[in-house]
Amino acid sequence: MSDTHISVDNLTMAYGDYIIQRNLNFTINRSDIFVIIGGSGCGKSTLLKIMIGLKSPATGSINYQGDSFWDATDFQRDHLRRKFGVLFQSGALWSSMTLKENVALALKQYTDLSKNEISELCSLKLALVGLAGFEDYYPNEISGGMKKRAGLARAIAMDPEYLFFDEPSAGLDPLSSRLLDDLILELRDSLGATVIIVTHELASIFTIANNSVFLDPETKTMLANDDPKYLRDHCDNFKVRNFLQRGEAKQ
Amino acid sequence: MREQQITRVQLIGDWLIEHSISNSQQTIDSLTTSVVELDATALGKWDSRLITFLVKLRKHTDRHNLTLNLVNLPEGAHRLLTLAFAVEAPEGASRSSKKENFFYRTGKGFLSTVANSKSVISFVGKVTLSIGRFFRGKANYQRSDLWVTIQETGAEAFPIVSLIAFLVGAILAFVGVVQLNKFGAGIYVADLVAVGVIREMGAIMTGVIMAGRTGAAFAAQLGTMKVNEEVDALTTMGIDPIDFLVLPKVIALILMLPLLSIYANLLGVMGGAAVSLAILDVSIYQYMVQTIYSVTLVDFFSGLFKAIVYGILIAIAGCRCGIECGKSAAAVGLATTSAVVSGIVAIVVANAILNVIYTLLDI
Repeated sequence: MSDTHISVDNLTMAYGDYIIQRNLNFTINRSDIFVIIGGSGCGKSTLLKIMIGLKSPATGSINYQGDSFWDATDFQRDHLRRKFGVLFQSGALWSSMTLKENVALALKQYTDLSKNEISELCSLKLALVGLAGFEDYYPNEISGGMKKRAGLARAIAMDPEYLFFDEPSAGLDPLSSRLLDDLILELRDSLGATVIIVTHELASIFTIANNSVFLDPETKTMLANDDPKYLRDHCDNFKVRNFLQRGEAKQ
Repeated sequence: MREQQITRVQLIGDWLIEHSISNSQQTIDSLTTSVVELDATALGKWDSRLITFLVKLRKHTDRHNLTLNLVNLPEGAHRLLTLAFAVEAPEGASRSSKKENFFYRTGKGFLSTVANSKSVISFVGKVTLSIGRFFRGKANYQRSDLWVTIQETGAEAFPIVSLIAFLVGAILAFVGVVQLNKFGAGIYVADLVAVGVIREMGAIMTGVIMAGRTGAAFAAQLGTMKVNEEVDALTTMGIDPIDFLVLPKVIALILMLPLLSIYANLLGVMGGAAVSLAILDVSIYQYMVQTIYSVTLVDFFSGLFKAIVYGILIAIAGCRCGIECGKSAAAVGLATTSAVVSGIVAIVVANAILNVIYTLLDI
């Protein structure tokens, strides 16, 4: 039985009068790994920003377990945001803080845990992403791949129900990218989080995702919404199949 | 054969981040039997809070060579526990926070000051060579950058310089009027304001404004370029960042600070005049005649020379802090603060030295 965790209803995204996408409708089930796919400039990152509350939609709504995010009060919205974990493309770690302090911030803000307990949790989160021993390092002292993993440790600090990733594989070598995919799968399976990813990495998409939406920059709307492996092999829309087969689809 | 002793630990209720779990460490420390059995049958809701306990328990049993049996532990918790131990901390990665003693800190501070001084001298040398190339027409910079910087440091600073210079002139006049009127010498306020502003205050106030406004902007701009590797990009293309980025800024400030200083002198005298006309029984004509007779060309040029020196100092302080900035957001903030502080300190020190030289030369 499906368990709708997020639903996007009649969503239109715009910058001023310039419409990027219109009438987006799709649902995401609990523990899905959902990818937002589409060509450059189709509004993937904008959709992610609207979903996490960094930009407001032109019209339409996004509902988390039935509650509209953008119709909620500021207090309700802040409360909902505590269930979000976001990994930004660059990692977006706070450069003046150590990795441990980066992970600890949300725990200090939103829990009554003691200093020791917070420290243990931070060490655990960093160990989960393979950064045990790097607690006292600053972001500028570690590599790009490590920054990504540290960003992930910060994103899962509060055991979020919803995990958002903006281009998680960007700038990583294929092996690191594969390890990150495995980590995302492992965290989804163990934490039971719903994962939403913006990515261009086809290998990554087919490895981890079980649901997707395809946005088209020309028609400015979604062309398909299903399991990306199914869309690659059986989608009626040639544009979608061609994109997912790296331009090698047959008409 | 020794009989195995088993301690059974039961996990009961919710283990969530929201709740602090007391006595968990004591419970772990008390486990000394050869086998520890952890029964999670009565476990309620759980999250990472449970995993931190399991990690501590696993470390304890490993350290004491005890066998740990996990009974009815949820699959997700099992997986997270495995993941937590999947990658060991690399040898030598962990940092211990060792307290440094007084002598170590003093030595470190001294070495850092020496390195800093060397870096200042080296930077001044590079800028001097770059200015030399500029006059020989061999400097690699964009003219448009120079014009834009001249506009930003000159024309766009007019409002703030106007306000501050006018008020400084007015303040000098207020102080003078109160004192000089006691001796019936109120008209000499014009002398006080004119000499004070043109020899000292015009240049120094313009310098302080420019250190806060332009010096900080130079440091922030160059610092951000350093963070974004834009400076490295220039270097790899064989373009000298000093010529390309620093030179236009130094030239613009050397040109603009004296001009702004002349403008500030004018506004300062006007501020003094406004106060004198309001409080004293003098006409604008009397005030201006008194001003013109009190100021010599030597006063004017000595003030102007100070402005040129301040321009060089502010530009060098701002650009050096920016170009030698670290590669983080915090470093940019530090560079900006450092540019303003070192710029103002340099102005005040230079002013004192120049005044001593002027006195010795009887200027």
